[in-house]
Amino acid sequence: MTDIRYLAPRTLDEAVGAFAASQGAARILAGGTDLLVQMRNGAVRPGTIIDIKKITELTSIEEAADGGFRIGAAVSGAALAEHPRFGRVWPGVLEAVNLIGSTQVQGRASPGGNLCNASPAGDSVPALVAAGAVVTVQGPKGRRQVAVEAVPAGPGRTNLGPGEIVVSFTLPPRPEGSGDAYLRMTPRTEMDIAVVGVGVSLTLRDGVVAAARVGLGAVAPTVLLVADAARALIGSRLDEAAVHAAAAACRAACNPIDDKRGTIAYRTRVAGVLLQRAVAIAAERAGRV
Amino acid sequence: MNAIDNKWIGRRTIRPDGADKVTGRAGYAADNSMPGMIWGKVLRSPHPHAMIRGINTARAEALPGVKAVVTAKDIVDFPLDKSVMLGIQDMRWMCRNVMAREKALFHGHPVAAVAATTEEIAAEACKLIEVEYEVLPHVIEIEDAIMADAPILHDFLRHEGKPSNIAATMVNKLGDVDAGFAEADIIIERSFKTRPVHQGYIEPHACTVSCTADGKATIWSSSQGQFMVRAMTSLLTGIPQSNIRAIPAEIGGGFGAKTIIYLEPLAVLLSKKSGRPVKMVMSREEVFRGTGPTSGSMSTVKIGAKKDGTIVAAQGTFYLQAGGLPGSPLRGPVGCSFAPYDIPNVLSVGYDVVSNRSKVAAYRAPGAPLGAYATECVMDELAEALKIDPLELRLKNTARPGTKAAYGVVFGSITFEDTVKAIRNHPHYSAPLDRAPAKGVVRGRGVASGFWFNAAGESSAQVNITEDGNVTVTTGHPDVGGSRASIANVTAELLGIEHKRISVLIGDTASIGFSNLTGGSRVTFASAMVVTQSTEKVIGQLKERAARIWKIDPEAVVWSDGAARPAGANAGQFPPLTLKDLAAKANEMGGPIGAGIQLTTVGADPGFATHVVGVEVDVELGIVRVLRYTAAQDVGRALHPDYVEGQIQGGVVQGIGWALAEEYLFDKQGRLDNASFLDYRMPVCSDVPMIEPVVLEIPNPKHPQGVRGAGEAPIVPPLAAISNAVHDALGKRFYSLPMSPPKVLAALDG
Repeated sequence: MTDIRYLAPRTLDEAVGAFAASQGAARILAGGTDLLVQMRNGAVRPGTIIDIKKITELTSIEEAADGGFRIGAAVSGAALAEHPRFGRVWPGVLEAVNLIGSTQVQGRASPGGNLCNASPAGDSVPALVAAGAVVTVQGPKGRRQVAVEAVPAGPGRTNLGPGEIVVSFTLPPRPEGSGDAYLRMTPRTEMDIAVVGVGVSLTLRDGVVAAARVGLGAVAPTVLLVADAARALIGSRLDEAAVHAAAAACRAACNPIDDKRGTIAYRTRVAGVLLQRAVAIAAERAGRV
Repeated sequence: MNAIDNKWIGRRTIRPDGADKVTGRAGYAADNSMPGMIWGKVLRSPHPHAMIRGINTARAEALPGVKAVVTAKDIVDFPLDKSVMLGIQDMRWMCRNVMAREKALFHGHPVAAVAATTEEIAAEACKLIEVEYEVLPHVIEIEDAIMADAPILHDFLRHEGKPSNIAATMVNKLGDVDAGFAEADIIIERSFKTRPVHQGYIEPHACTVSCTADGKATIWSSSQGQFMVRAMTSLLTGIPQSNIRAIPAEIGGGFGAKTIIYLEPLAVLLSKKSGRPVKMVMSREEVFRGTGPTSGSMSTVKIGAKKDGTIVAAQGTFYLQAGGLPGSPLRGPVGCSFAPYDIPNVLSVGYDVVSNRSKVAAYRAPGAPLGAYATECVMDELAEALKIDPLELRLKNTARPGTKAAYGVVFGSITFEDTVKAIRNHPHYSAPLDRAPAKGVVRGRGVASGFWFNAAGESSAQVNITEDGNVTVTTGHPDVGGSRASIANVTAELLGIEHKRISVLIGDTASIGFSNLTGGSRVTFASAMVVTQSTEKVIGQLKERAARIWKIDPEAVVWSDGAARPAGANAGQFPPLTLKDLAAKANEMGGPIGAGIQLTTVGADPGFATHVVGVEVDVELGIVRVLRYTAAQDVGRALHPDYVEGQIQGGVVQGIGWALAEEYLFDKQGRLDNASFLDYRMPVCSDVPMIEPVVLEIPNPKHPQGVRGAGEAPIVPPLAAISNAVHDALGKRFYSLPMSPPKVLAALDG
């Protein structure tokens, strides 16, 4: 009954222009795996839909000379999985992106959409936070770069300004001895939503943690960067005391709710367990012997 | 017919409906559409408990595109003081369930329905209906509903002389339990809780209805019984059954829940008012809020035994949630819980408890899993306390032919002990168990048994020989579990022809005689019986035709390998006359060939099952995973093994979901908080192992092919089997379901 304008601009400038001009009545369409569901259940009624999949910068994956990656915000999980190098460099990020939805949904769902949907339980976000991904955003006032963890503002809300569109994610070059991992707890093995999600990225030098980042999902209004957990790991040889301290830091960072998907006590406890398990996987990938 | 050298019975033939289903051509209820069709939508109560003081539909009716609005006043009223039964359904409750009458009894209870030219307009019109509610305090859980100061749902319900939410009591009694317990060396008494679980069929309820100006209604809908649809719609709309034609669509799962109706009478009334065909399709959210599930329960089971394991007395008390209107499946736990065992003194009591949630509907062996959960967990504790193997304890007390069950029957040819022995002798039961395969991981094994009554009843069939010498078989039963494939096998066996030459069809209410519901594990039993009798009549006709052609006595003709043949040398020397030969001569030799039978079948002996399960518990996350599952059951004769195995596997999977994951969650406002498949966590394929059915075929002597109902017994043991396995793994017993991760972890910590 309501008319909806559908736009599929070829350039980012056109997309930003239309988005800004809509004054909040438009929604960005990447894969649509959240947007279309929200439209169907009546949660959102956009006047305009701006499809960003025709814009090359948003759908391409580039590996820079220094080994860093730039991933377009609308790249699908399936396209990322098919990239010959990405999954070898960032297996944890890829695992996390590939956990979004079923095989069919993977053909559409994108990390940019997952971030902008701003669910605290979005799977790709903790892994991208752990990876130290930087988001390129373009709006009416031009381009800016922002840490991935700074984008979500709360469930369903972001810190993006009016007319701003997430363009891409930049992942830093990977030093030797690096590995990442993402684990989530779901009661079911498939077709479920994270009760807790933990992303860990490590760089080891001679068995000592030279760099670490930890992202924690579904335990607070937004995905968290847990700096205390990283600090507990850095400088250690991942001995039991260091990993326990990092797990304790994750538990301390939790500020979850009791809901149909999990209790406060359960989420808090499990955050620590998954941290330990994700650290073990990341360390193995980093080449720890 | 029971011979091992059967050519078709027992073969894994391709199911007749298979190609359509895998290519997306099968016609489910929501696939139907008609010229001029409009859309119906239901307005549902936003309150779990409220008096309806008035409904103003004027604004909705004025919305352009709206063609009809109906409310409870359009539906036939069945006054509260007089019970009118249709099968096991009381129409007093059914008329109030399809549309709230005096009060809204649950969040999601229909209060009005609208038909409009588009779904969007119908939805918009629902919002324009003004309902004046007087909101009342609500009550959701059994323990709250039976408190003295609980909000009372129905003034007319009395328990022990006082207004109460206990709507009914059922008692099964045998011997004297007090005297029995006095003799016992050991008594174990435990209390259990289960949560309501939904049947979880993939296909939401849907129908299309066309009422014509001369008062005739045609209904296309998905159900477990087109005759039930016709009868119930007739009672609720006042249209005589002869003016209603109910056409069964393919069914996308029912599991008992489609043995009642929700939308059909509303669509009939909307179609009648608007003069247009009306289509209605529930959303998944509506399915969760407004239909099913089966009851949650509170049970206490007490079993007393001698030191040697002989059980001397058993007592069960079962409180079941009925939903907003009476009618929980008390017979399940009350009758089934102790039925596998020969116990001289039994007292089994059930209470039907109403509260502000959707009215329960049948779910696979209705109520029996709740009772078996309590009983079979207590049996496990008894075996542990007596240091007896749990299967040996069951064998020691097994019911046998001649045992009198507390629910009143003296058992005939039952085979419970065969199922126990099948598990005891299975490699799974004796396989080495690695109890701690990794850090933080433990494993365990558990067993449990179960019983279901099974059912027979009314069925009709028509077998016709086509003019080209092939066969059509029509029955009156929606096919929920492969019954068409089984019937094709039976008919092919009897006629001695390729099964592909037989088309098995499901007739509508105008094209086949009355047939009772697909449910109770009765359809393969009953329809094979009427199809057998019909086919035998047809074979009689064929032999008569051959006798006339050969000019010999019909008794000198035999039917074998798809042809009439002289019975022996004395009968004469004639080349065989095949089905095709006889069909070609049908007209000249006496007319069309075909026969039908309408029968109230009897002889459905009960079903028993014994299961063993291996589980693994991640003690850091509280996750229980089922690693291996073996389910033994006597099915009499597996007419088509794929669909017997499918029934066993399906029942077990539903039991796994019940034990570990599924539950209705309500918020403080009395609204269901997880009305979606995302948050109502049924298991998915990757959550369950391949379930191994051990199909015992001990023919039921009361059935021409030896069939025993198979579909329901397999959901009865899993709740307890898994609980017992979790105890074996953790050394800790759980007394409530589901054993979900937060609950398991909290128990391990606590």
